[in-house]
Formats: sequence, structure tokens, C-alpha cells
Amino acid sequence: MSTLATPQKPWAKRPIDRARELAIVLFAGFFSFAFVAVTEMKGKLAYALIFFIAYALLSATFAFISRGAPAAKDAVVSTFVSLGAVLTVLPMLSILFTVIKNGLPGLHLGLLNHDMSMATPTDPIATGGILHAVTGTLTLVALALIMSVPIGILTALYLTEVKGKFAGPIRFLVQAMSGVPSIVAGLFILSAVLYPITKGYSALMGSLALTILMIPTIARTSEEVLLLIPNDLREAGTALGGTQWRTVAMIVLPAARSGLMTAVILGVARIAGETAPILLLTGGGDKVNPNPFNGSVGSIPYYIWKSFNAGSPEAITRAWAGLLVLMVLVFILFIAARSLSSRKISK
Amino acid sequence: MTTSAVQIPEPREITTEPRLSDKVFRGVVTTGGLSSLVVLGLIALFLAYRGFEVIKQEGLGFITHAEWSITLDESANVVDSKFGLSAMLVGTILCSIVAVIIAVPISVFSALFLNFYAPAWMKRILVAIVDMMAAFPSILFGIWGFLVLMPSVEYWAKLINKYLGWIPLFEVKPYFFTRSPFVAGVVLAIMIIPIITSVSREVFAQAPLDRIQAAFALGATRWAMIKAVVIPYGRSGVVGGAMLGLGRAMGETVAVYTVLNIVFQVNWHVLLGAGGNVASLIILKFGEASAYEIKALMAAGLVLFFLTLSVNAIANFIVKRTGKSGR
Repeated sequence: MSTLATPQKPWAKRPIDRARELAIVLFAGFFSFAFVAVTEMKGKLAYALIFFIAYALLSATFAFISRGAPAAKDAVVSTFVSLGAVLTVLPMLSILFTVIKNGLPGLHLGLLNHDMSMATPTDPIATGGILHAVTGTLTLVALALIMSVPIGILTALYLTEVKGKFAGPIRFLVQAMSGVPSIVAGLFILSAVLYPITKGYSALMGSLALTILMIPTIARTSEEVLLLIPNDLREAGTALGGTQWRTVAMIVLPAARSGLMTAVILGVARIAGETAPILLLTGGGDKVNPNPFNGSVGSIPYYIWKSFNAGSPEAITRAWAGLLVLMVLVFILFIAARSLSSRKISK
Repeated sequence: MTTSAVQIPEPREITTEPRLSDKVFRGVVTTGGLSSLVVLGLIALFLAYRGFEVIKQEGLGFITHAEWSITLDESANVVDSKFGLSAMLVGTILCSIVAVIIAVPISVFSALFLNFYAPAWMKRILVAIVDMMAAFPSILFGIWGFLVLMPSVEYWAKLINKYLGWIPLFEVKPYFFTRSPFVAGVVLAIMIIPIITSVSREVFAQAPLDRIQAAFALGATRWAMIKAVVIPYGRSGVVGGAMLGLGRAMGETVAVYTVLNIVFQVNWHVLLGAGGNVASLIILKFGEASAYEIKALMAAGLVLFFLTLSVNAIANFIVKRTGKSGR
């Protein structure tokens, strides 16, 4: 007869630990209510502040009694570290909540198949729509993609495959380029292309500026992806007699395909809501403009900007609705990027 | 088989010379790779070219004066113009420093939470949230900050002024708190928290596992381990991340414009509702600017470009050095 030893987990929380934690939370909550009621402090801020201080003190006291001073310090720091995480996530939740709450009333059936050429931002919500803005944003993004994807991926290939003598400086410059303020990119296109050459607003001008902002995102993400491709694949390609060009084009790039898609999607997410250069370069028309090379064109950020500055309650609701559409767009792009990149890892 | 001479193939010429296709490939890729150099060079060149006239006329005063005015006669000729950026530069630095001071502790704590406290499932969700926040458009932060956050921040500003008003920095005269650099700083802080958090998280994750385990084996608490191993290892990475956030905060346009009251007067009082910002100045003045004022805006853009470029360069230098230090 043999008895099996039951596995022990001395580090796991016992019921009494959980009970004590619950008690501390409850007591800290109760204390913060009592404190706010008695003193002249008021507001959500006071509740949260007192709660965290009380929680830190109580857990530190318990830790001190059972395990001494270092444990007490550890408990205080744990509270602050969790507070940091809460403060990081809180704005996101607040943004999501307010955009959905304020944006939903601005949605209506005709939103996506009317433009604003027959309506002003201060008209009732049911007139007009954002067709011009959606098509404009799609045009801007498509043009920017055509220009930035080849340049971004070529830069990444230079850094990972060719590894020429400029690799160090170029990696540095790409980093520097990702820090270029969007307004400066807009001013640059304004001074270098719009004033001397085209002399008029167009989607192309806007997308040129967006290209500058998008290249570093695509280049850096693609570089990371290409570095993950095992060297064996490249060596196998060369051993089969392939030139470097064929190895890269037929082995490395196909192997990195989903990662490169992620890079492109992250680039699009970066520029889809970019506002400052759009304000300088596209003119923000209220009609659908089918010609991307001439004439002012609307876009979702410009529509939000215009409506927000019009100021009336209807206009503000329009701005929130535009923000909701923009946020959903970024959300979808982001989910797509993540699911693609997680598939890459699992393979 | 007959014994006729076996055909011996001609030995192939062995060479390391790349073929034509590879030469073309390398040429194309190198050209693409150099594009970032070309773009950055062209930005500096064109902005300097357009802004040269204004910078030459104003001289050093372009940085040190605070007025921004232009007078035109009927035929749109420039009669008198004064362009100075000092109020805007001071405002830019003030807002972004407020942002960094608020954002760094929060980001470092949340990076520590993500790496050493959170269970795996929570870490996955939080990392996704932080990454997504970094991709949120700035106009979203701007409008949310103006309509939702600003009332609370004004209340906090009044609290700070009530209890710490004796410090000159927190003085508010006249009593006006709306759209102050402090509000802009808080909005910017929320925008750069994701950036600093993800940089710090990556740096902390590189802390050597053997030393972490050694610290625990010696009986260290979690905080003692972090203090002894993680912080010394990741310190310069956090500084670099903070600088990256600073660069982003300095170049931010739309979000600051919506929440900041732009006044052409140097103001060091954080809580007073009067600030400046180079990027927002460009948006503010662009709409009705004359040809000559546009040149001044280009020059302002050039100043902003070099400011952010140098901050970013220092940041990248520090982040890159992290891996080598601390061992």
C-alpha cells in the first residue's frame, strides 16, 4: 500500500489570506467614506486618494506584524504599483465610455451615404453624413500606402538583408524620423510641393505628408519581423544556388508575409487619425471628391475638427460621432494587426 | 563502354562578384534605405529656405522675443512685422515637462506591474490596451481632454493653488485657471504614458533572470528584488523612454491646441490660463496668414523640427546604451 504525496503549494493564497485581503479592502473603503463624510474633503478624487492611502497603510501594518519591516515596505510599493496600472488604464476606459456614450446619438441611417455639401455642422443630426470624410480618408490612406509601403520595406530590407555600411546611421535616422512632429511634415510638403508646384489643395498633398509619418512605423516594424526570420532559410536559399535577390523575393519576404502585413496595418493605424498635416494640406471639402490629384478633399479628422469648432450642440454631437467612427476604425485595424502577428508566432 | 575520351567539363569560374540581378537589387534597396536621410535633409533644407528671410530679419530675436504681430497696408505689403517665439518655446517646454513629470512615475509603476505583479492573462490584456492607446489619434485625446478631463483638472489646479500657492511656480494672478499649461500637460501626460510604459516594460523585461532568481533565493521581497536588480538595470532605459515621450509631447499639435489658451507673453506660472506652444501657433496662425507670415511659420516649424530632433536623438542614444550598462 502506497500513499501518494499530495502536492503542496506553500506560495498559494490560503483562504485566510483571501479573507484578510477582502477585509482590508472593505475597511479601506469604509474608512474613505467615513473620512470624506467627516472632513471637508469631497469628490471622487478624495474617495480614491483616501482609499489608496488607507489600503497601503492597512496592508503594510498586517505585513509588518506577520513578517517585519521589509514586507511592510513591499506591501506599500505593491499598492503604488497597482495604482500606476489603474491610472494607465483609467483614461482609456474613460475615453471609450465617453466616445460611445456621446457618439451613439450622432449615428443615423444616412450617415455613411450622404456628404455635408447640403448641410452645415449646426443642422439637425439627421441631415448630411460623413460619406465625403470616409472616402477622403480612404483615398488619403490608399495613396500614402502606395508610397510608403515600398520605401518602408526597402529600408527594412537594407537594414536586415543588405546590411550595408550605412546601416547604423540609417537605423538612427529612421528612429529620428519617427519623432518628426506631424505638423512639421505638413509644413514641409506645404513649402516643398504645394506652394512651388501644385498651388492647390488635394488628397495627394495630404498623403505625401502622411507618407513621411508612416515610413518609420513600417520600416521599424518590418525590420523586427525580418530579424525573426531564421537565417537557415537564407542559407538554404543561397545553397540551392539562388542569388540574393531571389532568396529575398521568394523565400524571406513570403515567410515574413503576415508580419509585414502587421507592419503595414500599424502604419495605417498611425496615420488614419492624423489631423495637423491634413488641416494644412487638404482643404477639407464637404463634397465627395473623386479626383485625388486636384481639389479639396474631406477626411474624418478634418470633419471632426470642423464640427468641434462649430460649437453648437448638434455640431459637437457630429464630432463625437466622427470620433466614434474613427475609433472603431483604429480598433478594427489594431485587432487585425494583433491577430496576424499572433498567428506568426504560433506557426 | 568505349575508352573514348571522357568529356571533362570546363571548370566554372569561381567569383564572389555578385550577378547583375543582385547588383540591381542592392542598388534599389540602398536607394530605398537612404530615403529617410533624403527626407530629413529635405525637411531641414526647405523649411530653412522658406524661413530664411524671417530669421535673417529677426536675428536672434526670433528665439528671444515674445511678440508676434504683422501689419499690412491695403495692397498687402508688409509695413511692420515682429516675430518672436520665446513665449511659445517657454510654453512648449513647460507643458511637456509637466507631462513628463506626471507620466514617468505612473508609467514606471505600471511597467513594473506588467512585468512583475500582473498574472499572465491580465498582462496580455493590459499590454494590448497600452499598445492601442499609443495608436489613438491625437484629436481624440484633444476633444476628450477639453470636454471631459478639463473640469476635473481645473479643480485639481485650484487645490494645488490653494495649498501650494506660496511657491512662485503655482501662483495664479489674475485668478484664471481655464486652459492652462497644466491642463495641456495632463492631456499630454495621458498621451505619452503608453509610450513610456512600453519602452520601460521592454527594458525591465531584459533584466537578467538569473539575478532576479538569485535575489529571490536570498530571501528578497519583490520590492527588494526590483530595487536591487531591475531598477539599476533599467534606469537609463527609463530615462530614454521619458525623453522619447518628451519629444512626442513637444511636437504634439491638435491635442494641445484644443486645450491651451495661447497668449503671446512669457508665462512660467503652470496653473495660470495662459500658455504657448510652437506647434499650436502654426495651426492658430495658418488660417489667415499672409505670405510673409507663412514664412515666419515655416521658420517656427524649423525651430520645432530641430528641437524634437535633438531630444529624440539623445533619447535613442540613451535607450540604445541600456543593454550594455548595468552588468
